Amino acid sequence: MPDLAIHTSGLVKVFGDTRAVDGLDLSVPAGAVYGVLGPNGAGKTTAVRMLATLTRPDGGEATVFGHDVVREADAVRSRVSLTGQYASVDEEMTGAENLVLLARLLGHRKPAARERADQLLDAFGLSEAAGRQAKTYSGGMRRRLDIAASILNTPDLLFLDEPTTGLDPRSRNQVWDIVRIVVAHGTTVLLTTQYLEEADRLAQRIAVIDHGRVIAEGTPGELKSSVGSGSIHVRLRDAATRPDAERVLAESLDTPVYLEADPVALTARITGTGDEAAQAARALAHLAEAGIVVDDFSLGQPSLDEVFLSLTDRPATEEAAA
Amino acid sequence: MSTTTESGTAYVPASEALATVLAPAAKPARPSAWSASMTFGWRAMLKIKHVPEQLFDVTAFPLMMTLLFTYLFGGALAGSPTEYLQFLLPGIMVTSVVMITMYTGLEVNKDIDKGVFDRFRTLPIWRPSTMVGYLLGDLLRYTIASTVILLVGLVMGFRPQGGLAGVLVGILLLLVFSFAFSWVWTMFGLLMRSEKAVMGVSMLVLFPLTFLSNVYVDPSTMPGWLQVFVNANPISHLVSAVRSLMGGTTDTGEIIWVLVASAAFIAIFGSLTMRLYNRK
Repeated sequence: MPDLAIHTSGLVKVFGDTRAVDGLDLSVPAGAVYGVLGPNGAGKTTAVRMLATLTRPDGGEATVFGHDVVREADAVRSRVSLTGQYASVDEEMTGAENLVLLARLLGHRKPAARERADQLLDAFGLSEAAGRQAKTYSGGMRRRLDIAASILNTPDLLFLDEPTTGLDPRSRNQVWDIVRIVVAHGTTVLLTTQYLEEADRLAQRIAVIDHGRVIAEGTPGELKSSVGSGSIHVRLRDAATRPDAERVLAESLDTPVYLEADPVALTARITGTGDEAAQAARALAHLAEAGIVVDDFSLGQPSLDEVFLSLTDRPATEEAAA
Repeated sequence: MSTTTESGTAYVPASEALATVLAPAAKPARPSAWSASMTFGWRAMLKIKHVPEQLFDVTAFPLMMTLLFTYLFGGALAGSPTEYLQFLLPGIMVTSVVMITMYTGLEVNKDIDKGVFDRFRTLPIWRPSTMVGYLLGDLLRYTIASTVILLVGLVMGFRPQGGLAGVLVGILLLLVFSFAFSWVWTMFGLLMRSEKAVMGVSMLVLFPLTFLSNVYVDPSTMPGWLQVFVNANPISHLVSAVRSLMGGTTDTGEIIWVLVASAAFIAIFGSLTMRLYNRK
């Protein structure tokens, strides 16, 4: 049994009538990226806030490296750091001032704090912007400053709460690269995300949570094969052939077919655990046999929505269901 | 792809550079309560440096108060503005500075919802240091306000009998009380949902406290029931103490009263503030 970075059992947090976290059981091994995947409002942020000692649990137990998050909060605080959903930087201060402030608060003396801040600014490509107020930074730069602040003292456990939400693709890739390097140096990362792709690329294990509890847990591979490996997106030449195409695909793949907003497009899940490309090819052949002209097709990963649909028989977002 | 307009900002995370900063160096010992508080005080100073306009309220407001009340009431109440000023100035200084203390609450309230507060709260530091830092920054504002009023007063004809020493000790006592009293506002800053709500409560507390006191007139001219409130009002005691120091007739009893009240404010509202801060 490897060392556990985080262990929770029956963790509960109630806000008024809402049970934001409702009996959460997690075991996060040390030394890897652990993904917590779920839609908005699933309780991800609340769970992270309890583990980072920001919010008191209303029930259950949670330990971080064996320290209770309530009774031994200071011991927990000395080993973790948090990059919140909203950048945890002081916007009125410059990038350099933000890092010096934090270095001082972590116990570095003035010259050492300056030196540490300079190193970090350099490593995160922020040297040129060091003297500018953080509010002038782009989203990606702000996020980098935020992560730089979080690893200032090389924490044993880093919480990243939706670190790429709202970032452009390039900034998102930068964050992913940084996370990989940080983990390679021995820091455990708990990453929350709404994107299966992100969890898939970074995490060794994933917990899918919904309504404050874990509804599935495993490696990305296990999770995906439980859902089906992906989906096939098809674009037809003629919108009039879509009803036929829908029927053919449903028969060939034996799964529900989704009609997209675009009148010539439709998507079907591939649920088999075997060779999904072969199944997709067979389905396309069936379309051709039925005389339906396909302009374009692609194979996609299962989206979070599809994972959810398969695990809960309802879409990830309540709005989407309405 | 070939015509990217961004000028060399394409940052690529480099393993080597990140490896240097991630190398597990010995972690320094956690900072002392004093050091953490001073660091937060430094943060407050930086904020003033970046947004100097915020000093407007600690300079213009006291200036206005002093001029307005001296010339408005001076002739009627004491025969001449200069005569009245000798009585009024310590009181108007107390009023102005105590009024300014409410900005602490606004500042706390404005910050609390930002992510940076979460970061502070996950640090292994002495918990009250974040709040003490605000108050250290505010002490600078109180000092500026007191100085402005003193200088304007001197120009207008204020001649304190207590001399320089009396004036300085008087201001020091005012700063001690204001630091203690500000914990009321840190509490409200954490308690209230919006800046506007904090502002509303501040006015509700500050107006009676400063006007129903001995700042503007001698309480013996007031009806008996009002005298009861005025004489129990901490602001009255503070004004008496500061007046006595600046007037060269040091009233040790009042000074001790103010110091005890200050300690009580810190004990009560300081602990309430920290309870709320830990619950937030």
